[in-house]
Amino acid sequence: MSTEEELQSNVSVASSSPTSNCISRNTLGGLKEHNYLGLSDCSSVGSSTLSPLAEDDKATISLKATELTLGLPGSQSPARDTELNLLSPVQLDEKPFFPLLPSKDEICSSSQKNNASGNKRGFSDTMDQFAEAKSSVYTEKNWMFPEAAATQSVTKKDVPQNIPKGQSSTTNNSSSPPAAKAQIVGWPPVRSYRKNTLATTCKNSDEVDGRPGSGALFVKVSMDGAPYLRKVDLRSYANYGELSSALEKMFTTFTLGQCGSNGAAGKDMLSETKLKDLLNGKDYVLTYEDKDGDWMLVGDVPWEMFIDVCKKLKIMKGCDAIGLAAAPRAMEKSKMRA
Amino acid sequence: MGLRLPSKVLEHILSFIDSNEDRNSVSLVCKSWFETERKTRKRVFVGNCYAVSPAAVAKRFPEMRSLTLKGKPHFADYNLVPDGWGGYAWPWIEAMAAKCPSLEEIRLKRMVVTDECLEKIAASFKDFEVLVLTSCEGFSTDGIAAIAATCRNLRVLELRECIVEDLGGDWLSYFPETSTSLVSLDFSCLDSEVKISDLERLVSRSPNLKSLKLNPAVTLDGLVSLLRRAPQLTELGTGSFAAQLKPEAFSKLSEAFSNCKQLQSLSGLWDVLPEYLPALYSVCPGLTSLNLSYATVRMPDLVELLRRCSKLQKLWVMDLIEDKGLEAVASYCKELQELRVFPSAPDLDEANIPLTEQGLVFVSKGCRKLESVLYFCVQFTNAALLTIARKRPNLKCFRLCVIEPFAPDYKTNEPLDKGFKAIAEGCKDLRRLSVSGLLSDKAFKYIGKHAKKVRMLSIAFAGDSDLMLHHLLSGCESLKKLEIRDCPFGDTALLEHAAKLETMRSLWMSSCFVSFGACKILSQKMPRLNVEVIDEHPPETRPESSPVERIYIYRTVAGPRMDTPEFVWTIHKNPEIGVSHLAIK
Repeated sequence: MSTEEELQSNVSVASSSPTSNCISRNTLGGLKEHNYLGLSDCSSVGSSTLSPLAEDDKATISLKATELTLGLPGSQSPARDTELNLLSPVQLDEKPFFPLLPSKDEICSSSQKNNASGNKRGFSDTMDQFAEAKSSVYTEKNWMFPEAAATQSVTKKDVPQNIPKGQSSTTNNSSSPPAAKAQIVGWPPVRSYRKNTLATTCKNSDEVDGRPGSGALFVKVSMDGAPYLRKVDLRSYANYGELSSALEKMFTTFTLGQCGSNGAAGKDMLSETKLKDLLNGKDYVLTYEDKDGDWMLVGDVPWEMFIDVCKKLKIMKGCDAIGLAAAPRAMEKSKMRA
Repeated sequence: MGLRLPSKVLEHILSFIDSNEDRNSVSLVCKSWFETERKTRKRVFVGNCYAVSPAAVAKRFPEMRSLTLKGKPHFADYNLVPDGWGGYAWPWIEAMAAKCPSLEEIRLKRMVVTDECLEKIAASFKDFEVLVLTSCEGFSTDGIAAIAATCRNLRVLELRECIVEDLGGDWLSYFPETSTSLVSLDFSCLDSEVKISDLERLVSRSPNLKSLKLNPAVTLDGLVSLLRRAPQLTELGTGSFAAQLKPEAFSKLSEAFSNCKQLQSLSGLWDVLPEYLPALYSVCPGLTSLNLSYATVRMPDLVELLRRCSKLQKLWVMDLIEDKGLEAVASYCKELQELRVFPSAPDLDEANIPLTEQGLVFVSKGCRKLESVLYFCVQFTNAALLTIARKRPNLKCFRLCVIEPFAPDYKTNEPLDKGFKAIAEGCKDLRRLSVSGLLSDKAFKYIGKHAKKVRMLSIAFAGDSDLMLHHLLSGCESLKKLEIRDCPFGDTALLEHAAKLETMRSLWMSSCFVSFGACKILSQKMPRLNVEVIDEHPPETRPESSPVERIYIYRTVAGPRMDTPEFVWTIHKNPEIGVSHLAIK
């Protein structure tokens, strides 16, 4: 079909520029190779370097290659650099190299070739420079790509090195440091509705009064003017500061101001004057609905107590929030409860 | 010269044709058949709300009674589609209100529905009867109240896993005292407590009520009282089972259930304590559908329940069922057609559950009617897949999620290529397939070669090169929806098979190697494809060879959409417009 032919010719023009200078270099006649998982550039690889690998090495290497990082393919997480660069770039399996424009014949024949030198194709180095910038998509919670509350742990946990379970080669992995598990966006593919519900269910099964919703881990966060709700897991934050920055990332125009960011050890209380500054100075304030159904300003009570009583969060306009419970009343309430 | 059927005769013939695929074929025969068909189509299905304009649909099908729309791509369920992407119901509601006021049923999936939309529905369609919203968001309980208050003939109101701004339980009280038409009510995704007395009265005056799905805020006492008033229910979603265990509570519950002699489907069961499960025993022999996927019940309590469910056709459960439990299912639930096993701890670092590939093998061997599988498991083997394929060639839907990305066959350390080859080859009627685990290009060669009836394919963390995509796009003849994430390929195969994309509903690729340059070419060459680049950064600020974060390509006759947010870039069809003006919003 003529369209296809045109497309193919355009392809060779459009995308071969980063790679054409590699064609002569690479003995297998194709693009510059990059392992999909971000192992180092393998321009020097020919079949000779791969075949002498011992079985054990391969197992270790394939294990390394299966470690997960967040970020785009081709980017490398800093912790992995040193170890992985030492290994020759290898693949999980060894596949023949495929040229840019595979014809059907080539495909058939190359798949029957031996597998001694497998290299994955990838993009050229131009990808790396913004790969670093873009790994922020996964490691930070950019407001544009918010994840459901259940996957919020992306920001909380370390950049991961996932050690696959149950593989026979696990014991070879003693050289790499055990680290926090990977939190990949949207994986495993479980709906956030399910994740949220399960989390709430687990919490509630511990409760005596059996009333779901009270003191639940997940609370809804709404914001005046924003059409959608979010849910956050209060347990995943240690203090007001963390909650504040997470919410800030979720709602762009939201500013919590200084609430909770004072952060001196154990000091989660705000003075009355600070609250007033907050209300006067900033556009939005964070409020919550407590067990009694009252709307209070966030930050009045110690964090642990807050988690216990908070049913819902709402980001209100400062002007709407005037008249909400200021510190003294909140303290009275908490005394009454204690 | 042919004989022309009088249109009345044709109309009569067409009244027997319900399937929209058949009707689409009918409408292609000739102009007069097109006209007759379009004037008689009552149920309209639009799989991608951006594939066609609302006005065009309203104009074409003036006798529309039922409209079903889908919005966001499937991967939106897993947070891969940023908020604000689109899928707005409003333009559709507006167009239908103007052109099709006899509309009676609206079903929306993954769309943004506002209170304004709901109010418009309530105000515009006098005979409105059915509203089903699945995985929708953007509305509050006020909108629901408007529907309840105004739609006098409302039969079905179902909110399935929606994100609703819950302003309280008052919405329920908006059902007028005169409304007696309710057949199905599902408010399981709402949080707030509704007034139980309102609910009791509503149920009492709805003799046709067959399906009732409560939210967790409804207590056991409430449930008992409702069951007493609606013993005719065929589908029940319970409220929360978490309550103080009192002996009289148990016997009341038991009695209430035993009076529900027509109950076929049971769900909800949040927080269910094992001690309460025996209250359900009386309904088990009649159950055809059981959703325990939110019930944190473990073995052996689960088996005690399941061994009584001999007629069960559909079972949704968590991996707490373990291999042992599935073995029991295989021996007791011989009518099983659909099995879904969800992970109880979706995060990778949670405790191990003794659920392995063996569980699915048991069910595949024991349940001859099994045709639909969704199975989450930490790791798998080729041998298991071979057995499953051999035993169950009648599988229509096979979705395996090996939770560990890139996990090979844990016994042989090989990729799972052979296993999925067996599935593709053996299950000739397979329509939906999701693959996972370590897979090389070979696996996709097999899938392309054999999976001729697969319409929807989901792939994550797989393959080695562009060949994978090439195999799929050249081989899978029936492919309609392809969604791919984190796979190392892009441009070549995509451009080579651009024409194929027009035969499909949509293609989603995220975290792959598709360059902006290729997107441009594709968009310019294929006028009836919308190529959406969903990326935080403006694509022109980077080299053309740089990969974009996500692309969503779908066929459309409506042209590029006008409601894209900042981070979605639709590439201009006119190549003469230079690079700097390439992206339009």
